[in-house]
Formats: sequence, structure tokens, C-alpha cells
Amino acid sequence: MSEILVLVEHDGGAAKKVSHELLTLASRHGEPGAVVVGPGADDAGLAADLARFGAARIYTAPDAALVSAIVAPKVAVLAQLMAERSPAAVLIASTAEGKEIAGRLAVRTGSGVITDAVDIDAGLTAVQSVFGGSTVVRSRVTTGTPIVTVRPNATAQQESAGAGEVVAVSVELAATDTAAAVVEHVVQAKGGRPELAEAAIVVSGGRGVGSAEGFDLVERLADALGGAVGASRAATDAGFYPHQYQVGQTGKTVSPQLYIALGISGAIQHRAGMQTSKTIVAVNKDAEAPIFDLADFGVVGDLFAIAPQLTEQVESRKG
Amino acid sequence: MPLTIVACVKQVPDSWAEKRLLDIDSTLDRESADPVLNELDEYAIEEALRIREAQGEDGSEVVVLCMGPERATDTIRKALSMGADRAIHVVDDQLHGSDAVATSAALTRALGTTQWDLAVFGSESTDARMSVVPAMVAERLALPQLTFAQKVEVDTAGRSATVHRQTDDGYDIVSAALPVVISVVEKINEPRYPSFKNIMAAKKKPLETLDVAALGLDPAEVGLAGAWSAVEAFEQRPPRQGGVKITDEGDGATKIADYLVGQKML
Ligand SMILES: Cc1cc2nc3c(=O)[nH]c(=O)nc-3n(C[C@H](O)[C@H](O)[C@H](O)COP(=O)(O)OP(=O)(O)OC[C@H]3O[C@@H](n4cnc5c(N)ncnc54)[C@H](O)[C@@H]3O)c2cc1C
Repeated sequence: MSEILVLVEHDGGAAKKVSHELLTLASRHGEPGAVVVGPGADDAGLAADLARFGAARIYTAPDAALVSAIVAPKVAVLAQLMAERSPAAVLIASTAEGKEIAGRLAVRTGSGVITDAVDIDAGLTAVQSVFGGSTVVRSRVTTGTPIVTVRPNATAQQESAGAGEVVAVSVELAATDTAAAVVEHVVQAKGGRPELAEAAIVVSGGRGVGSAEGFDLVERLADALGGAVGASRAATDAGFYPHQYQVGQTGKTVSPQLYIALGISGAIQHRAGMQTSKTIVAVNKDAEAPIFDLADFGVVGDLFAIAPQLTEQVESRKG
Repeated sequence: MPLTIVACVKQVPDSWAEKRLLDIDSTLDRESADPVLNELDEYAIEEALRIREAQGEDGSEVVVLCMGPERATDTIRKALSMGADRAIHVVDDQLHGSDAVATSAALTRALGTTQWDLAVFGSESTDARMSVVPAMVAERLALPQLTFAQKVEVDTAGRSATVHRQTDDGYDIVSAALPVVISVVEKINEPRYPSFKNIMAAKKKPLETLDVAALGLDPAEVGLAGAWSAVEAFEQRPPRQGGVKITDEGDGATKIADYLVGQKML
């Protein structure tokens, strides 16, 4: 069976959920080779975890220099492995950096690239859900090795034991690969919540939330549900919540099991980022708000009354 | 030292309109919606203008670079009316259907026709939404990419640029020597509205056009035929339907919780 390389997203030794999902997809169409870059890449626990999700081989490149610059060093690692292993495809998470890695890798290796796939079918056809889910497109890379980025939360992760043979990789970086140097990582997020794109539950607030303080209500409901917090552009523009939590056309695309929209009208650009959620619940005081056209369960009412009550209900019913 | 900042812009269908693909060649139906300047590129133009303005009157200039059909001149004029100095329009029917790889090749060639220090892009186009072209251009030019910037600082004397690159949990401070390829997110600034004076002036600003031959590109490398990926099929999904809608009478939260229990989500 031919090898499919998967670039693992990890956080110093723990794989993100999306990497399990990519390994699941890779197992379905070939033999997964997990590629792990940066400090923690050689963590034994991580290797065991990746093997549990089907990794036949685990290519580890723990050198810190590989994360001292953005994007290009990871491209160098993948390009080298592509040359050595001739994989049938390369799968990368459809995150901001993942897509950039895919783009550069495509140019470097003379390969076509498809981004934002939600599934991979036989013959390595990528399935994309575009225009806010209104159109499903099937495409195939026709030149070089298919490089496909896959959206988090689009595949159900599935364990299937792989051999997990660890192969150490060392890569000579060109000067241009390290030219965009990371001087500092600044962490602003309050910890403890799942990542927006990966979360099974997302609670989002819009302009109706009214203020940054108002987002406490949104956060409390999200925490009760164990979910992530999102925001509409009106809310991020007004400074109620940081921009990286924006959901929609020019923000993140999310596809959780449950999306709760509080004080969000449901403009087309917001829908573009959440329309494929499995279940949508909306609270809006305007009965005519377009969000109700797609909500599975809508409540016309004041979010300032309903959100705290719902938080209490969730907490008490969880027991 | 004067700087040349190139703002790379695209014309896209208005994001307020529903989009669809054409049956004939699976490309985006660009006729069904009003063509507008990709909104995220307004932030790129604004940032380019601010970098120029921070230089004082030293002869620094902002050049608009746009690849697109004939009618993209409207988009270019809009960019010029925001205050850019001149424009390059890459226009050729052979470019229709170009994928990101081919687009990056054409833009790279076009960037090669002028001396520049910073090329600034919007972080994505609202139609294709791939967010890969700036990275691809950087790859082709073997230049550093400072992408997804929510803040840009240029050190003219030190010939370097530093950005705050947006991440999931905050930002990375990333630095590189000029020339650099930048992309900006919408948080970075508030794009200005064109003034009447600038709208009038824009009509007279220099606009150079380049076709595939002028770029020295092989026509086989671009357009639909030159694409490295191909759409096999597409289908329209029925629009999502709304479900239950109730009015809160003090029991709205209970009803949501009941619903979630029914859905096995609680
Ligand atoms: C190119 C482009 C890209 C865009 N990208 C995005 C994007 O990525 N994400 C995005 O979200 N938007 C995006 N937008 C903006 C989009 O068009 C809307 O302006 C935005 O989504 C509106 O946010 P909102 O629903 O929070 O605000 P509004 O439309 O103002 O809606 C606020 C809602 O809150 C309700 N409300 C007020 N008070 C209460 C209360 N006490 N209780 C209950 N309900 C209440 C109101 O009835 C109203 O429906 C984009 C626009 C463009 C042009």
C-alpha cells in the first residue's frame, strides 16, 4: 500500500485532535506516515498515540531550529520526505499555517494543492464544501503529488493500530527557510477551552452581547458545556472579543456538533463559517433575524435572561 | 531611503451575494454578483498607504498590482482612489481559470517588473478563500513571508520588517530583512474611504497592463488547462432549513436544555 504523509499538529508532545482525524483518513486510503516537527516530536507518548491512530511510520524532526521560523522549515521537512518516500499524497490540517505550508510545498515540489477538504474519497478525490455549505465540490490534483488540507472536525477519528516505527529525520535548512524568524510567542488566550476549529461545541456571541463584559455570559455557557467561544465580526470589530475567535467568511470555519448563536443576526458572511454545524441553536430578540432560517432550535428572547439560565440548567442537568 | 510598497489586490464577487459555480467549466460564476474589491485587500492597501505615509515625503510609493479580467480596472481605480500612486494590471483571457499555483506564478513575474521592498496582500480572497497565494509568491521569490499580520512595523534604516502574526492563542512576533511578502488580517487597521479629490486624481494615475507574453509565461502554465488540480464534479445542496422557533416566556432556557437532552447533547 502506498504511503500517505500526514503533518502532525502538536503542542510539544501532545497531538491535536485534527491529527488523529488526518491519520484516520490516511489509513483509509493508504499507509499513514506521521511527520512530527519541532521540540517534543520524539516524545514516546506521542509516538504511541500516533500509532494508535494508524501511523505505520513516524518521522520525527525535533530540532528547535525547525520552529524558529514560520512555515518554510516545515515545508523543507515535508519536501525532503516527499523526495525520499514518494508518497501517494500529503495531508495537512486546514489551519492558517497548515494552508500556507501546503501552498509553499506545492510550489516547491511542483504539485497541485487543494485546501479545506471535508473528506477524501477513493482515488484521492478531495471533497470540499464551499459557499457556506451550499455547494459540494469534488476535485483532484492532476500534477505532482496531491497535497490536501483537511478541515478540523470534518472526520470522525478512529483508532486502528499502526506499526509506529520511529524514523529520525534531519534536514538541512536553506537560509531562506529561516528568514521569517519568530522573535517571540505571545499567548493571550485564557487556557482551558478547546480550540475553536476543533471544538465539538461552540457558543458564539454577536453585537447583541453588547460589550466585552457581556462576553462573560458567553464564556460561562461555553464552559458549562465544555465548548469553545466564538464571535461575530460585529463583536470582534467592536473589540468585545479578540479577532482570532471570529467565525465566518473572513474568520474561522467551524463545524461543531452544536453551535449556539447569541445575539447574532446571521448575515451571509457569518453563515459562511458555521452553516455546516450539525445542530444550530439561536437566541435573538428579533423574531425576523435570518439566523432563525437555519437554526434547528430558535428562541426569540433576550440573551441576557436566557444565557445565564441556560448555563444553570446545563450545570444542574450535568449533575 | 524611499520604499516601494506593492499592494496586491483582487476583484471578487460581492460577498453579500450567494455564489455558485458555472456548469460549463466549474469556475465561479462572476457575472451573477457585483464585482468588488476583495474586502480584505482594502486592509492591505490601507497598510501600504500607512507605511508610505510614515516615510514622509521621501518619494516612497504604493503600487497596486491586480490580476484579473478587463473589468478589474474598476477595482484598480478604487485602490488608486484610496491613494495608491500607480498600478499594474495583469490581464489576459488566457489567465481565466488559473489556480492558486498559476496565479502565484503570474504575480511573481509581475512583481519582477518593478523594484520593490514590501508586497502586501490581504490574508485571503473572499471567493476562493485558500489563503495560499502570498506564501506561494514568497516561495517562488525565495523571500520571507510575514503573513497573517495584525500589526506591521517597518525599520527603514535597518531594512527590516516585524509583524504580529495572528495565531490561535495570541500572536507571534516575526521579523525579517526586506524585501518581504506580507499578508494582513482585517484587525490591522480601518481602511480609509476615497476622498473626492483622490477619486478624480485616480483617473489620471499611471496604469500599466501586462499580458501573458509580457510576463514571459508559457500560456500552458496558466488558465484552466494549466491548473494542477481539476474539479471533477459539483452539486448544489438544498439550503439548510430552520426548525423549531419559540418565544421566550421565562422558560426559553429550559426548552433549549430539553431540546439538547433530546439531541443527546446534554
Ligand atoms: C467581506 C465581508 C466579510 C465578512 N466576514 C464576516 C465574518 O467572518 N464573520 C461575521 O460574523 N461577519 C462577517 N461579516 C459581517 C457581516 O456582514 C455582519 O455585519 C456581521 O456578521 C453582523 O454581526 P452580528 O450578527 O453580531 O451583528 P448584527 O447584525 O448587528 O446583529 C446583532 C443581533 O443581535 C440581536 N440582539 C441585540 N440585542 C439582543 C439581546 N439582548 N438578546 C438577543 N438578541 C439581541 C439583534 O436582534 C441582532 O439580530 C463580513 C462582511 C463582509 C462584507
